[in-house]
Amino acid sequence: MRRIISGPAFALLAAFGLGAMAIWVSGGNPITSFGAMFAGAFGSGPTVAETLVKSVPLIITGLAVALGLRAGLFNIGVEGQLLVGGLCAAYVGYAVKLPAVVHLPLCIVCGMIGGAAWGLLPGFLRAKRGVHEVITTIMMNYIAFYLTHYLVTNPLKDATTMAPQTPEALSSAWLPAFGGLHAGILLALICLAGYAFVMGRGVFGYEVKVVGKAPDAARAAGISVTGTLVRAMLISGALAGLAGAVEVLGVHHKFYDQFSPGYGFDSIAVAFLGGGSALGTGLSALLFGALRNGAVGMQLATDTPREIVTIIQAIIIVMAGTKFVKNSSGSGGGADDPL
Amino acid sequence: MENTPAVEMIGITKRFSGVAANEGVDFTASWGELHALIGENGAGKSTLMNLLYGLHIPDSGEIKVGGDSVRIADPRDAIALGIGMVHQHFMLIPAFTALENIVLGAETAKLGLTDFRAAEAKVLATGERFGLRVDLHKKVADLSVSAQQKVEILKALYRDARILILDEPTSVLAPQEAESLFEMLRRMVAEGMCVILISHKLNDVISYADRVTVLRRGRVVASLETGQTCPEELTRMMVGEDVPTAEPQKASVVGEGAVLKVRDLSVRGRSGRALDSVSFDIRPGEVLGVAGVDGNGQRELAEALVGLTRSTGTITLGGVDISGMSVRGRLEQGMAYVPEDRRFALAPDFSILDNSILGFHRGFAYHGILDLDEMVERADELIGRNDIRASGPGAPVKSLSGGNRQKLVLGRALIGEPTILIACQPTMGLDVHATAEIHRRLLAECTRGAGVLLISYDLDEILALSHRVLVMYQGRVAGVLTREEASREKVGAMMLGAKA
Amino acid sequence: MIHFDAELLNSTLRLATPLILAALGGVLCERSGVVNIALEGMMLAGAFFGMLGSYWTGNPWVGMLLGAAAGGAFGLVHAFLTQRMKLNHIVSGVALNIFALGLTTYLLRKLFMHAGGSPPVNGLPMWNLPGLGEQNPLTELALAGTLLMTPFLWRTPQGLRLRAVGENPEAALAAGIRVGRVRFAAVIAGGLLGGLSGVYLSLGQLNMFAEGMSGGRGFIALAAVIFGRWTPLGAAGAALFFGFFDALQMRLQGQTVGGVVIPSEFMLMLPYLLTIVALAGFAGKAVAPAALGNDEATASN
Repeated sequence: MRRIISGPAFALLAAFGLGAMAIWVSGGNPITSFGAMFAGAFGSGPTVAETLVKSVPLIITGLAVALGLRAGLFNIGVEGQLLVGGLCAAYVGYAVKLPAVVHLPLCIVCGMIGGAAWGLLPGFLRAKRGVHEVITTIMMNYIAFYLTHYLVTNPLKDATTMAPQTPEALSSAWLPAFGGLHAGILLALICLAGYAFVMGRGVFGYEVKVVGKAPDAARAAGISVTGTLVRAMLISGALAGLAGAVEVLGVHHKFYDQFSPGYGFDSIAVAFLGGGSALGTGLSALLFGALRNGAVGMQLATDTPREIVTIIQAIIIVMAGTKFVKNSSGSGGGADDPL
Repeated sequence: MENTPAVEMIGITKRFSGVAANEGVDFTASWGELHALIGENGAGKSTLMNLLYGLHIPDSGEIKVGGDSVRIADPRDAIALGIGMVHQHFMLIPAFTALENIVLGAETAKLGLTDFRAAEAKVLATGERFGLRVDLHKKVADLSVSAQQKVEILKALYRDARILILDEPTSVLAPQEAESLFEMLRRMVAEGMCVILISHKLNDVISYADRVTVLRRGRVVASLETGQTCPEELTRMMVGEDVPTAEPQKASVVGEGAVLKVRDLSVRGRSGRALDSVSFDIRPGEVLGVAGVDGNGQRELAEALVGLTRSTGTITLGGVDISGMSVRGRLEQGMAYVPEDRRFALAPDFSILDNSILGFHRGFAYHGILDLDEMVERADELIGRNDIRASGPGAPVKSLSGGNRQKLVLGRALIGEPTILIACQPTMGLDVHATAEIHRRLLAECTRGAGVLLISYDLDEILALSHRVLVMYQGRVAGVLTREEASREKVGAMMLGAKA
Repeated sequence: MIHFDAELLNSTLRLATPLILAALGGVLCERSGVVNIALEGMMLAGAFFGMLGSYWTGNPWVGMLLGAAAGGAFGLVHAFLTQRMKLNHIVSGVALNIFALGLTTYLLRKLFMHAGGSPPVNGLPMWNLPGLGEQNPLTELALAGTLLMTPFLWRTPQGLRLRAVGENPEAALAAGIRVGRVRFAAVIAGGLLGGLSGVYLSLGQLNMFAEGMSGGRGFIALAAVIFGRWTPLGAAGAALFFGFFDALQMRLQGQTVGGVVIPSEFMLMLPYLLTIVALAGFAGKAVAPAALGNDEATASN
């Protein structure tokens, strides 16, 4: 128990400590700043709801990164997979007419397929050809960025407005909303539970873990390393796509250019801080949702810019990453690790 | 023979995370002396020499070189003191040429550019002196193992080493190659150099070394002239008790027919075939030993049999053609595998529990969900049956000793009563007791009627356990000898390419 | 129609300069065995602090030095985290990129009360170079660096050691090389070049800093390193190639080629796409430094 808590707790403490120092050095007051941030995140019913809404994509994308890490894959491409998934969901949302019972699930599934498709190539190249996924997923992010930009400014553009966005999805594709929340939070909880179960007890989770920590032993034990890697990357991409779909169908009801404020990158910090477990990922996603939400209020109330959260996030990645991800060891490295 | 000490190490203690690798070690080697350092695996020989070469720093004790007290904080200090070391795992850069490897770190420059021409002249002169000939412009990756070893020695001599440490230099060589290495070392000693040899081959030590120091569990047991001792006495000192010198009892009955039939097995390598049309049978109850210098296709053979490498040819196991099967299919068909590289055997970060089902884990799953109770049962069984010393099934495998890990690997492989066991270097790095236990288990499998393919670079191990010996050279079968035909000399010659 | 004229060549050179500088930094860093996906952050930091130096003193050369120093400082942190703290190189790079984005935008808001961009500052003057005409001094530095780095890496003792450390740090250590020191030097030098490439963006092109102005160029530079197979000439060549496509993309905005409009987005994607294709093609061949990302030997010194 102590080991589980001491690592992330220390990372948080150090990150906030350094963040406070940064605020102080740049002439602000860390106490009032963090106070305003807390108020902005939890100050009232609506702000709490908004914090939860902001946490939803972080939970799902955090799991996407965490699953990859367990398999020894560093999926930096969550942002791109999320964009593609979101666009797929938006397109099916406005272009197809169906009753809500079919339409909403279809949109969600299409979002997941879009995300998975975007993860397929990096997964395949890593598994079959030993090409490091970090580089390919970074490249895929930019390709997704330009592709979706092109699509929402050209063929899929809403003709009724100047803004680079798709037409609004039909209401049959919207995630049900209630009291400032939307049903995406249920999907996020289902993902958390499913992840916990599969990684804890599932054969797939077992194979993922062995492939991630001891790929050679996995091979000798008859586990298909390539198959496991491709599957893990597909599921990771599907989760990222789901997060995009949930944002589009639950919050914006359309895809507009650059709708993601960087969920795909926040998710890396979420996963690191969460240490790969479902509970940890859920909690750290909540934390980052609160930070992102509270930072807006903080910026309004004090003269501390909201980017302090980004700085804190970078420090958390360093602090939590030291324990979580090991450097490749042994000599050679070979095709498995040619970065 | 001069008798001024070249190296004096006095009261050396070195601990790694609390465990003493060297404890109050006194070690002296003289100029003009070939000094052997022997001991079991884990006795602290390599640690002691790594301290002398500055790869580790002693916790306490004093080191004197040529009579002066010195501090050796890193290899640079050692090199400056005229110490060179040839590591067991060569410290070479495969992508660089031999010459680049030799001059690296000791370059001379002209106008800021490396002066390779002057370096080559010096290397050639040194090589001439001791009979070391290597193609200096070839990439190290393209050199044979014995040529790579020569590059290592030249590297030390290029830095004007007068004290040369060699860590298990013969373990990668055929007997004849080892002989010429020793002749070269004797020439160095004759010129007044001090050569320190880490070895576990006692016959070599007696034949070629002047003095021998014996380590046991991090302490010096004895240091004596080789002329005044014998292999039996040295063994006793190394192990600390009498060890039965009798060979393990071989399974008496070798059955008829073949449990494993291999025909024309080939594996494509980096250049040409790494494994070239290998054919053999293994009968029930038989140990077929595969001898050869490291890198002559043994690893490819094992991996092709298990299905880790793509191969052509046919493999028949118990009458079933398994050539097209995946690793899992072959394991399910009754093949068991003890890999040479321990990274292939265990996931060290995981518990004994998780590792004890690795490879069989699908048998513990119902509808994709693992049955924890059955897993615990299996882990307990493995721990009990194989006398694995661990705090419990939840202990991470990396906390186990090498011997206990290997017992876990072998126990897990054998629990399904396989028909064929592929055992690669099964006793590498183990102490005498663990080695004896592993040998006993291998032979017990034969008695049960299983076939065993034993791949080892230790010719003595092969000769002690095998019913027949298959010698590999450059990916081909150089010949198959019965135990009676297989003399050290004959097998050694075949390991270097002689025909049977 | 496309006209391959002096102007296209000039804009190619202009757009390629930051890519070349950063790619050369990447080659130095990765040849020593340290993965550098932090180029993007180094570039951004260089751009910001380059602007800040010029803003404070009115002297763009001071800005250039400050920007280079900022990149070098990022290099120092990257070396410290990966070599001393044993942090995974990619994790460190990701964190540094995020940190650079956070820090520069934070300071932008704090100092100028505006997140979008800085006020205009004095940019670097142009130098006249025989044969190349009026060029930014950083362009000249990039071209000179390209020509000098090959003999440095392959003909000098320092270059041999740097590559040795990237191929097999254990062997380098045993050969008496201070592995940690070589890697620190290489990563800091790489950071300086990354910082300079950022300075080019803020003091060579726009004469101001804009939020997130590196805009993925650090990753294109990394792509150039890979595409150029970790050699200075190859990386610079790839950077020029990518720069050319960027120039072409600008030239072709709204124009038709054979009756078809090529969306600029597709031209912008090209470097990323080509890198994936190149990586897939390299697969199985040892072109990257063998010990890239491996820190085994630096633990003890």
